[in-house]
Amino acid sequence: MIYLDNSATTAPDEDVLRTFTEASRTYYGNPASLHQAGTRADQLLQNARKQVARLAGDDESEVVFTSGGTESNNLAILGYAKKYRYRGNHIITTEIEHDSVRKACRSLEEDGFEVDWLAVDEQGVISLDELKRKLRPDTILVSIMHVNNEIGSVQPLAQCAQIIRERSRAIFHSDCVQSAGKLALPFPRYADAITLSGHKIHGLKGTGCLLAKPSRLPEAISYGGGQEDGLRSGTVNVAGAAAFAKAFRLATAEPSADHMRNWTAAMHDGLKNEPRLRILSSPDGAPHIFSMAFKGLTGEVAVNYFQENGIYVSTSSACSSKSSRTSHVIEAVGVPEEYRKGAVRISFGRSNSAADAERVIEVTKEFLEMTKKGMKQHDME
Amino acid sequence: MIWSELLIRYGEMSLKGRNRKVFIQKLSENIRRALRGLETVKLKAERDRMFIYASPEELEQAVHLLKDVAGIQSYSPIAQCESTVESIRSTALGVFEHEETLGRTFKVEVKRTDKSFPLVTGELQKEIGGTILRAHPDLKVDVRKPDILLHIDIRETGAFLSARIYKGAAGMPVGSNGRSLLMLSGGIDSPAAGYLMMKRGVMVEAIHFASPPYTSEKAQAKVEELARKLSVYGGSIKLHIIPFTEIQQAIVKQVPENVSITSTRRLMLRIADQVRQEIGALAIVTGESLGQVASQTLESFTAINAVTNTPILRPLIATDKLEIIDIAKKIGTYETSIQPYEDCCTIFTPASPKTKPRLDKVEYYESFIDFAPLIEEAVKNRQIIECTSESNPDGDFSDLL
Repeated sequence: MIYLDNSATTAPDEDVLRTFTEASRTYYGNPASLHQAGTRADQLLQNARKQVARLAGDDESEVVFTSGGTESNNLAILGYAKKYRYRGNHIITTEIEHDSVRKACRSLEEDGFEVDWLAVDEQGVISLDELKRKLRPDTILVSIMHVNNEIGSVQPLAQCAQIIRERSRAIFHSDCVQSAGKLALPFPRYADAITLSGHKIHGLKGTGCLLAKPSRLPEAISYGGGQEDGLRSGTVNVAGAAAFAKAFRLATAEPSADHMRNWTAAMHDGLKNEPRLRILSSPDGAPHIFSMAFKGLTGEVAVNYFQENGIYVSTSSACSSKSSRTSHVIEAVGVPEEYRKGAVRISFGRSNSAADAERVIEVTKEFLEMTKKGMKQHDME
Repeated sequence: MIWSELLIRYGEMSLKGRNRKVFIQKLSENIRRALRGLETVKLKAERDRMFIYASPEELEQAVHLLKDVAGIQSYSPIAQCESTVESIRSTALGVFEHEETLGRTFKVEVKRTDKSFPLVTGELQKEIGGTILRAHPDLKVDVRKPDILLHIDIRETGAFLSARIYKGAAGMPVGSNGRSLLMLSGGIDSPAAGYLMMKRGVMVEAIHFASPPYTSEKAQAKVEELARKLSVYGGSIKLHIIPFTEIQQAIVKQVPENVSITSTRRLMLRIADQVRQEIGALAIVTGESLGQVASQTLESFTAINAVTNTPILRPLIATDKLEIIDIAKKIGTYETSIQPYEDCCTIFTPASPKTKPRLDKVEYYESFIDFAPLIEEAVKNRQIIECTSESNPDGDFSDLL
């Protein structure tokens, strides 16, 4: 089987697994304990923390280990809102964020915060002018994802940062779950805090972190023993933290994602003239995500067809693939009605090759050919 | 990476006259030690600067490792190319590929030692500046206070370009200003004091007082960890661990509680002085800061200091606790220092120590015991541990991470 659903999750790297099992076996002590088993675990934890900060480009950065993307995004959105509430109650985000940002912002709206949702164009990119217009002196938080998980659009975070800094004192957070290991991260130069997840970079599920500039930490949103500087109570998952540090190191050591860009470019080329197929990703988007939609068909049918042909792909996003509602991202980029239910996402990871992209082109064409029968004439073009 | 070498600018040691050679030699040694893990590194020391040559990957690592080496004012990665306008142009573009340009300003500065170069300074500046502007329209020129200063040095041997200046640790090369003995407790202050002296070129050994079973092995491990962390700045630190239980018990028995701390400090100093003599150090360094605790008042210093004529260096004397914490955080010892293990000073602390102990009275109380043999014994039975950054018995987990 060819696995092309790496934006949903990736196969863990053997070395990461080894780190996890060895750390679990040898350093099982509670890092908060005073005895040697505890202090050894704590040393490993602190080393992992230092490694993540160093790899992110600033040794002084704060690293809060969490259970992954969703928890980090929640901590950032709710935690910064809580911390800076005294400064204002205005928050800016986009219409295409992951649900862990979107729904956290929704809950803040219910609590009386005012949230502005930036629209995106057909390529899935926000407008800098709109950001400029929406920023206010009482804006306390701007959260803009780096790479969209469904269509791979890349936001101009450098320009966003400049605009935000010129016009407000807002904290700038970015969900970088999909861009880590593929694009240069906006931290610490542009974003004040970013969200990272282990299992999207060939690490383990249940691992990840919120990375923040020194003295730019949110307030806690859960309570307990005060671990992770009080920001993430609960006995620390030391082996998970070590495994994340390892996965992050391996991901940053990769030369670049240029080879993946060649593969997505080949798919753009090979599929751009197909009737009844609409490519949702932009050629300027992330190198590893390619999203397309079939006219008048559901993504599920396509996923099944690909599977029969030895390829794992997903509908727009794994989180929403089992619900029948159209994804908010697909709606936001203005996909015509008859294509909306037919989105399919192909996402590359470490084990893929150019041949996999070629195979996708073939199978897509076959699928289009096969579904031609039974289509009404006016649906054919 | 397009860098071919690192240029290192000396700290204030470049002001020194005849000792300069010694300073440069010490600095070379310390840099070699800091970069010992890198295989392709070559050093070339000149009178007023130093060059490091290595593979591009190792140069990048060296940039990271040099920031802790005392005696370096600043350093810059250098890209070398042929002295032709064309190759300078393409190298300059290469340099700017690594620079953030959005909303920033720049300036081109040319130094033309090789007067045979076809363009004069101003012409080349204009030429290269124009090239960069065309490639990076988001950049602006600012000749007064540019964010990025592209320096082009044209010599007979080629053109040398640099755009970045990293700040060094400044100070003087460790070892260029003699040797001292640091009283290392395990708290926040003493490592900071040690660091400040090392930054002034002093080679440090450390002394620690252990009172088992009142103090635990963890407390000693913590001090060893601190010494290892300090050793990053000076290569290696010898740690002398003094068995102090017997002396402390004798003090508790003989000296009234409210001046027992004064006597304890006096005896520590006597022992430290003896060790200092044995190792050929010239001074004793402490982390004392005026007024911080009862034993750090001027009256206490007077009573404690009376046991020796050796210079006692107190680099933190006029700093506040918060300033000390900042230093400790910067040098990476803070996290270790705040671990909660008892040390020998905290376990026998009286409820209300005298802040103005009188020397004559303290001397009188102590006169009932002959401490000399006890001191002799303690010094003789001391344990000496060599602490270097790689001697960490716990490993650095690099196999796991």
